[in-house]
Amino acid sequence: MNRFLLPLVAVVIMIPIMILGLQSDPSKLPSQYIGKPAPEFSLPTLIDPSKTFSTADLKGQISLVNIWATWCGGCRTEHGFLMELARTNTIPIYAIDWRDNRPEALNFMNQLGNPYVASGFDEDGRVGIDWGAYGAPETFLIDADGIVVYRFTGPLNRALWEQEFVPRIAELQE
Amino acid sequence: MMKRIAVVLSFCLLTMSAFAIDSEKAFDDPALQARYDKLVAEVRCVTCQNQNIKDSNAFIASDLRREIRRMIGEGKSNEEIKDFLVTRYGDFVLYRPRFEGKTLVLWIAPFLLVLFGGIAMVRVVRHRMAMPLDGESNGNGGAQ
Repeated sequence: MNRFLLPLVAVVIMIPIMILGLQSDPSKLPSQYIGKPAPEFSLPTLIDPSKTFSTADLKGQISLVNIWATWCGGCRTEHGFLMELARTNTIPIYAIDWRDNRPEALNFMNQLGNPYVASGFDEDGRVGIDWGAYGAPETFLIDADGIVVYRFTGPLNRALWEQEFVPRIAELQE
Repeated sequence: MMKRIAVVLSFCLLTMSAFAIDSEKAFDDPALQARYDKLVAEVRCVTCQNQNIKDSNAFIASDLRREIRRMIGEGKSNEEIKDFLVTRYGDFVLYRPRFEGKTLVLWIAPFLLVLFGGIAMVRVVRHRMAMPLDGESNGNGGAQ
């Protein structure tokens, strides 16, 4: 019996590790900024290029930073929910319009509404890279000190909001 | 039959040209170009994870190629460029992760596995050699 003991122990150790491995989605990358200050940036805003949206705007309040673009299908999907969220005045939503075309982006806003306090226009995609973005939409939760608390990748909706953001925001407000 | 196979294979060759995404020369200086070629081959495309950014036509791959080109042009070292990428995208972005605390398990696990496998094998073989020969034949089907 003793000769089965070692393989048995090995299997017992490996099974939970492998189950964990199966459950994690390898296409979702963890953000490198969790617990760290949001990356430094300064962008002209989409609506008015003479104004800027920068890291400093994220201090003093809990906020969201949504990375979006008109080429991104998921952004269109979540836009209705972002509008709904903006109407409730729960949290200011800032945005980085990533690698986009200004007329198309403005057109998108005119058609579907503008949920953003400010949308930085990141024409060449540099700021998106600085945020470690790898696919829009991405939504970052930023605390009042400008520290990145959480990143969600993919289109948001009410259920995901309740599940992923509401408890984290409640924790920040304590 | 052979002819048909040859035709199919030659069509496969045709598709090879589709892999040359980043064919333009980035630098005139061959030393810089060599550094660039090596770096883009070692950086993973973050949206298409089983490709490096050299072979990917995803926009994020072309943006990262542009950033690498810019940093080489600015005289940044390979380490500084890798730091730039790892700060933003994590160790995962490098096909050859650096040898450090977080990636230690990744680097040494294969050697440990070979070591444990080797020890186990030696033990099993020694055990079998110590067994009487007729005990072997009714074990698992005899000679091998």
